[in-house]
Amino acid sequence: MNFSPVLLITDVLLWLLVFAVVGYVWYVRRHEHLLVPWLKVRQNPVAMICATVLVAYAAIGLADSLHFRTASGAPGRSQTGVEVRSVLDVLLGAALGPMAGKSEKTYSAPLAIYSFAKETVEKPGGGQAREFPRLTVGGAHLKNPGDRDGDIAWRGALGLAKGLVLFAVLNGALALWVGRKGGGPALAARAMWRGTTPAPWRPILVTLLLICLMACPAVALGSHYHLFGTDKVGQDVLTISLKSIRTGLVIGTLTTMVMLPFAVLLGLAAGYFRGWVDDVIVYLYTSLSSIPSVLLIAAAVLIVQVSIDNHQDLFPTTLQRADMRLLALCVILGATGWTGLCRLLRGEALKLRELDYIQAAQAFGVARLRILTRHMLPNVMHLVTINAVMDFSGMVLAEAVLSYVGVGVDPTTNSFGGMINAARFEMSRDPLVWWLLAAAFFFMLGLVLAANLFADAVQEAFDPRRVVRRARPRIFQRGPVGGMTEAAEDPRAPGGRPA
Amino acid sequence: MTDVLEVRNLHTRIDSASGVVHPLDGIDLTLKAGETFAIVGESGSGKSMTALSIMRLLPEPGWIERGEVNLDGHNILTLPEYRMRDVRGARIGMIFQEPATSLNPVLTCGEQIVEVLERHKIEEGPAARRRATEWLKRVGIPDPERRMDEYPFQLSGGMKQRVMIAVALAAEPQVLIADEPTTALDVTIQAQILDLLKSLQKERGMAMLLITHDLAVVAQMAHRVALMYAGEIVKIGPRDAFFAQPLHPYALKLFASLPGAGKRGEPLASIKGFVPPLHGQFTGCRFADRCDYAYDRCRKQAPAWHGPDPQHQARCHLLDPREEWRLAELLRREDDKVPEAADFAAPADAGDLLEVRDLKVHFPIRKGLLKKVVGQVKAVDGVSLSIRQGRTLALVGESGCGKTTAGKALLQLVPVTGGTVRFGGNEVLGLKGAELKRMRSRMQLVFQDPFGSLNPRMRVGEIIAEGMASFGIGANAQARNDRVAELLGQVGLAVESRYKYPHEFSGGQRQRIAIARALAANPQLIVCDEPTSALDVSVQAQILNLLKDLQKTLGVSFLFITHNIGVVEYLAHDVAVMYLGRIVESGTAEEVLNRPRHPYTQALLAAVPRLNTESKLPPLTSEVKEHLAADIPSPANPPAGCHFHTRCPLAVEACKAAYPAEVAVSATHKVRCIMVQPE
Amino acid sequence: MSAYIVRRLGYGLLVLIGVNLFTFWLFFKVNTPDDIARIQLGGKRVTADAIAKWKAERGYDKPLLFNSAAAGIEKVTDTIYFEKSASMFALRFGQSDDGRDIWYEIRTRAGPSLALQIPNFIIGLAVTVSFALLLALFRGSRFDFTSQILLVVMMSVSGLFYIIGGQYLFSKAWRLVPISGYDTLFDSFRFVILPVVIGVISGFAGSTRLYRTIFIEEVGRDYVRTARAKGLSELTVMFRHVLKNGMIPILTGVVVVIPTLFMGSLLFESFFGIPGLGSYTIEAIQSQDFGIVRSMVFIGTVLLVLGLIATDISYTFVDPRVRLE
Repeated sequence: MNFSPVLLITDVLLWLLVFAVVGYVWYVRRHEHLLVPWLKVRQNPVAMICATVLVAYAAIGLADSLHFRTASGAPGRSQTGVEVRSVLDVLLGAALGPMAGKSEKTYSAPLAIYSFAKETVEKPGGGQAREFPRLTVGGAHLKNPGDRDGDIAWRGALGLAKGLVLFAVLNGALALWVGRKGGGPALAARAMWRGTTPAPWRPILVTLLLICLMACPAVALGSHYHLFGTDKVGQDVLTISLKSIRTGLVIGTLTTMVMLPFAVLLGLAAGYFRGWVDDVIVYLYTSLSSIPSVLLIAAAVLIVQVSIDNHQDLFPTTLQRADMRLLALCVILGATGWTGLCRLLRGEALKLRELDYIQAAQAFGVARLRILTRHMLPNVMHLVTINAVMDFSGMVLAEAVLSYVGVGVDPTTNSFGGMINAARFEMSRDPLVWWLLAAAFFFMLGLVLAANLFADAVQEAFDPRRVVRRARPRIFQRGPVGGMTEAAEDPRAPGGRPA
Repeated sequence: MTDVLEVRNLHTRIDSASGVVHPLDGIDLTLKAGETFAIVGESGSGKSMTALSIMRLLPEPGWIERGEVNLDGHNILTLPEYRMRDVRGARIGMIFQEPATSLNPVLTCGEQIVEVLERHKIEEGPAARRRATEWLKRVGIPDPERRMDEYPFQLSGGMKQRVMIAVALAAEPQVLIADEPTTALDVTIQAQILDLLKSLQKERGMAMLLITHDLAVVAQMAHRVALMYAGEIVKIGPRDAFFAQPLHPYALKLFASLPGAGKRGEPLASIKGFVPPLHGQFTGCRFADRCDYAYDRCRKQAPAWHGPDPQHQARCHLLDPREEWRLAELLRREDDKVPEAADFAAPADAGDLLEVRDLKVHFPIRKGLLKKVVGQVKAVDGVSLSIRQGRTLALVGESGCGKTTAGKALLQLVPVTGGTVRFGGNEVLGLKGAELKRMRSRMQLVFQDPFGSLNPRMRVGEIIAEGMASFGIGANAQARNDRVAELLGQVGLAVESRYKYPHEFSGGQRQRIAIARALAANPQLIVCDEPTSALDVSVQAQILNLLKDLQKTLGVSFLFITHNIGVVEYLAHDVAVMYLGRIVESGTAEEVLNRPRHPYTQALLAAVPRLNTESKLPPLTSEVKEHLAADIPSPANPPAGCHFHTRCPLAVEACKAAYPAEVAVSATHKVRCIMVQPE
Repeated sequence: MSAYIVRRLGYGLLVLIGVNLFTFWLFFKVNTPDDIARIQLGGKRVTADAIAKWKAERGYDKPLLFNSAAAGIEKVTDTIYFEKSASMFALRFGQSDDGRDIWYEIRTRAGPSLALQIPNFIIGLAVTVSFALLLALFRGSRFDFTSQILLVVMMSVSGLFYIIGGQYLFSKAWRLVPISGYDTLFDSFRFVILPVVIGVISGFAGSTRLYRTIFIEEVGRDYVRTARAKGLSELTVMFRHVLKNGMIPILTGVVVVIPTLFMGSLLFESFFGIPGLGSYTIEAIQSQDFGIVRSMVFIGTVLLVLGLIATDISYTFVDPRVRLE
């Protein structure tokens, strides 16, 4: 069996982005005005919990972004004779065994051993009967169907135990790393749990523990049952969900990368140069933002779809075609979504150019380009950062809606929108096919909520004006103020208690 | 007189990102009926916090830790919030610093006054409206009926503050707290507002708590004065005694740091160090670290009140009767000090460095469908002035007169409409590219706002070196680096400062950085646009001293743009007074400041509140004040003829006919007024 | 004032022309009618004749911008651009792929869309503004804190889940209202109530958070301190002073969408089977009917431009500074 790497365009871009993030971190460490707010983010426990979750998602997404081709001999080969698989597929194959991928005929409920639909089966003693057949692989190891509950409990408990062990190993590794500069791992571990380290390690560790306690039982159960059931064509929903993460990440990040250059360049240019440059750019973004966004995206996607369909020869595999569509969607979302940030940056640039230090730079005869890059750009970077982080979750949510409308990703690409859409057609079934929805809900909420809370923390650190300090609100100040024993006992109580 | 308001041992706390701050630590004061009590102090001393604590209007993360505020003998700190609301507005009124933002922009002036009357059940409905109109009249607003239905943005700054006073007094409170009531206003307007407050107080016999940073305003208004420093009162006393005897070393320094004509030539006193952070307990005197006379006891024990009489006291160990010998010795040593020789001889006349003729900056007003130009804002409308080598020309005027625009126009930072600017004999207007750059390297600029003038994202070293690189000064990066270090030393900053970011510096230090940046280009002229107006007086003194030293050592000329007459008196060799885009009077400092001829200059100088009564000018008469009270016309639509005739006490019909020609009173002293005859 | 409005209208027209040209480029230059015909007729094995016939039926067989074969004014008018794109300014939208008049469809479907959108808009605005004001009033309290967390969680759930969950609970599990469908205007109440409720809930979190920020920014201003110094109660301060000022930025975001209410909602109409413009659009997208999509883009743009102008005008009502200058 020989295999060669396959470079999908989005894979390349995603990895370039990873390098860009590494570069950004390196840059931040050298620039105090960026470092200070990021250190503030680091001190925020909620932000660090979210960051941990996001890293977990990113790890899955990136593992799914290393594709390679295995030539013949591999099971389940496609028409072209070769199969493109990702590292995640390999990992899932190793962890879940036969459960991963398409293995059943149609729907089955989570952890079920029988199919969801009745089938006509030949009775051993002759004759036919309509009954729920056993699944091909889900719970196939059970000789006696009645053992299912006990087996699940046993495997679940075993998984939890494995999770604890895994966490202990992770904790030890982290303590080694934290304690490398002195103190040693034992001391570092204690400091991490006591919360005496500069970064809030305790919430991070707790989050890691929870992730371990979820992942290990999931593997333990998922290797013998379909943890989240199967979909219409019998694919394991857990596998689909994990593979959908990459789609969400790609759309959330690449869109922003497409958008930023437009928004930053045009916004700053309009605000700084004013005059006809400003007029043209304002006209451009007013026109573009005057088209209802869903319709604009829909129109663009339809057109691109026609283009792709008409040039099928450019894309040898369905995977590459689907990937092109995903990239096109990102480009379209980015090319239509830059207007808001551009407007914001233009306003900021208009304000900045009147500031004394820009005038001083002009009085020094500093070149325009240098004023733009050294004086304007660094002073709007906080807005750009806040926006980039905030847009991520919005894009993940948008993907679901667009896929529903029919202008999202390729139907062959796994995505949350696709999962919801598939489930919607089964709404009238009774009993309800709920697990597709539940899985999409669970994985999406985790990703979007973590991203939203992280974005809030970033905004709080970069733009502290908006923060409302926790204080006794004025409306509660009904009690006497000052000179009270109560207030003296609790120096933080703003002005006493209700009478 | 009875005590209306008594504050006892007031402690206030604020929860901030850097921990709990103690802005007030044990404030005691009493306010008598009919009395004006002033709290004076530099920024961060806690004077505004005192006012907000009395009103119980602290910002949300703040609270009152302990203490009493007795109004008519009842502690209002123990009132429930809903009863406190009956006190606010009705028994204690308050006016704030910034009239432009303190009034609600979407309610009419009338509504904002009526609201108070109805809230405190004084009048309702049409009667309330009538009463509100009456109040507008009482605070001196012309045409009050019409103003009732106008919105705050339609009024000038002075008028807004009058409305604010009407709002605060509508419910006839016993106590009025005025928090920096005139800081945002021009000096001629300030005089009117202070007069108004004085007369209303006399008329109603109310107590007034005046909070200000301006010692001169205090000297003019207050009966008794308290000086605050770092969250406590350090000196308290009746006005005359307060200013006659400094008692406290801080007060001594503060009085000595005020610039003025009397101190020309000698350096101003400055206070070393900074106000200490107010995060915790102090063991000794709060001023000890900055005090020239501090000794061991000052650092160990907080000083108690001492003073010549029970009314006039200060917190200083030196006043302790047991320490009399120490004070005596200090005084003797002070006497022994040889005063620095007054050195204010203007340099030998080296000829004009800058010659400006008829400079015009007009901004078009566009209106209508196609944005046609329908008029011009004549920000600078024919300004002529000249600056001689190594001398300082002060360009004086009130806000909106165009002085800042004129300064920027010299460097061509705003488009110039017309005129000539000759620098070192060469015309510089209209220069482009490399030549403009060369011109700019010889003329530099220092801005007013020390926080807006430095790029927060650049290190100090980069900020200073940027101009040098652009002008090609210094052979290489190493040479420029050395020069940066030299410049930092020249403006009195440590060399390590170059690796820091601007936010790590205080306002005064930032202004030093801005000066170093300007000097980096080796300029012959520096345009200083209100460089000290955002600074406290003690810091202002340091900057003024620095500028004077630089002039002495480098021979650089200054165009000093300011509204602060005290600074002008202290620093300027020549003075030009600007009104609505034109110079109305110019001459040597001696001529313009001591023998002003233009009615505007006379009014401007007379309106400046002064610490002592040494001024040679007669105070403003009420008739003159009435004329001055008229709104300043807009530069978009200046009055015909002499621009000042709408506010001039001497105006006659002929003033409206044409703009007066220049009258030379002496070789240097020139006035534009038809009433002035050449001597 | 009137000159101002005329200028805004003129600019709006300029924007419309730009958008019209842009969509023309998108629909006819990026992909030629031949490309579209090939896809519509099914793949690679389509004959040239079939494509020509398809084009002729729909009037796509003309030159794009300039017809050199025609005479006189028809050189310009007898083109795809004039017939298909410029004609939209005269509200001539042509026919959809199934042969119906698009303008007629738009007019008849606007009613159901509005029946859903107007209550959704009004109730949504009232609920979010009041709740945001409540949060601003209790800012810093535990109530504010927990509400904010709840709002972030609500914001993190895709709108699709609200619809599916709501339909399941109210229609399937509790059988309170029909799951989908529509009736004439006045009988539509029972069909519209559920989508309205879900619509308000799904849009609740985002708007409330935004409005809360706006109100809290207002609360920090100097005039609020003045109002308190007058002895006004916190409620009066909020309703008389803060609300009035806070409505100015809120209006900018809100007025602009009022005209676009006509466009309906893609998601809600298709989920709840309401025959409005939203479901019309979504069907057109799914069946790749470019004629309808083009028309909807144009109408949507017209409505948004009107919204922008309405925003400018609405400022003059709430902000005396704009009205009187």
